[in-house]
Amino acid sequence: MKSAVIVFPGSNCDRDLAVAFEKATGAKPAMIWHRDTELPDDIDLIGVPGGFSYGDYLRSGAMAARSPVMQAVAKAADRGAYVLGICNGFQVLTESGLLPGALLRNAGGHFVCRDVALTVDNAQSAFTSRYGAGEAINFPVAHHDGNYFADAETLDRLEGEGRVALRYAENVNGSARNIAGILNEGGNVLGMMPHPERVIETAHGSTDGRRLFEGLVEGLLTQA
Amino acid sequence: MKARIFVTLKGGVLDPQGKAIHHALEGLGFAGVNDARAGKLIELDLADGTSDEDIDAMCRKLLANTVIENYRIEKVA
Repeated sequence: MKSAVIVFPGSNCDRDLAVAFEKATGAKPAMIWHRDTELPDDIDLIGVPGGFSYGDYLRSGAMAARSPVMQAVAKAADRGAYVLGICNGFQVLTESGLLPGALLRNAGGHFVCRDVALTVDNAQSAFTSRYGAGEAINFPVAHHDGNYFADAETLDRLEGEGRVALRYAENVNGSARNIAGILNEGGNVLGMMPHPERVIETAHGSTDGRRLFEGLVEGLLTQA
Repeated sequence: MKARIFVTLKGGVLDPQGKAIHHALEGLGFAGVNDARAGKLIELDLADGTSDEDIDAMCRKLLANTVIENYRIEKVA
């Protein structure tokens, strides 16, 4: 199984995500610089990490979404590779059009950095198969622009198609319909503001995030 | 040739920055400010003869996120 983590100037969760991928897959992921135009052949899993790519210039994720490597990510997503965008990675995925909507400044105006209660809305996806439907979990968040926005029609479609993977049990940023994470149409791209890679070890205070990575790997192994 | 691109949030899109500006103006004692919305101004220095289509494409592809923002192009001689 091949995994990769994309690294932009200003990424700061890339190494944490790499550790989570390595623990789940048993192999080190390739670290791919944003100027690269190709990903390893037959890549199975791509991580778009959190951070402040390009210093959040213009809009969060806007510059990163237009960097050369994102064309390769879009191509891999097209042929069914799993893509997981966390925090800034979620912003990059909406800016690049791989996921609908946009992430606005938090409604309260504050940077929010703490553990947040979430519920698993869709436990059928490749990313959430190890969780129960409606299960309550806690992931940390750390963002200023996490207020998910999309027009009513898009929100209805996301909900109708089971593409809301995670919701906030307490809405910390003003997100429409408490949305914390959404899937693309094919179910192989997930963008989420909370950080599962920060809760995979007992020493982290929680291991709620570990099952996300384990479930993904399990899905990939059965597929193969 | 220069062009000024004004990028503003669409109506109905929450603008906490605008709200904070509004609040601060009130705090300074200015009465009668009904609302404040913040946007961006991007000035482009362009080769003469750059087409309107190209400038529009720049806005759509990068300068504005049309999911949440509107843009207006003002060409300056």
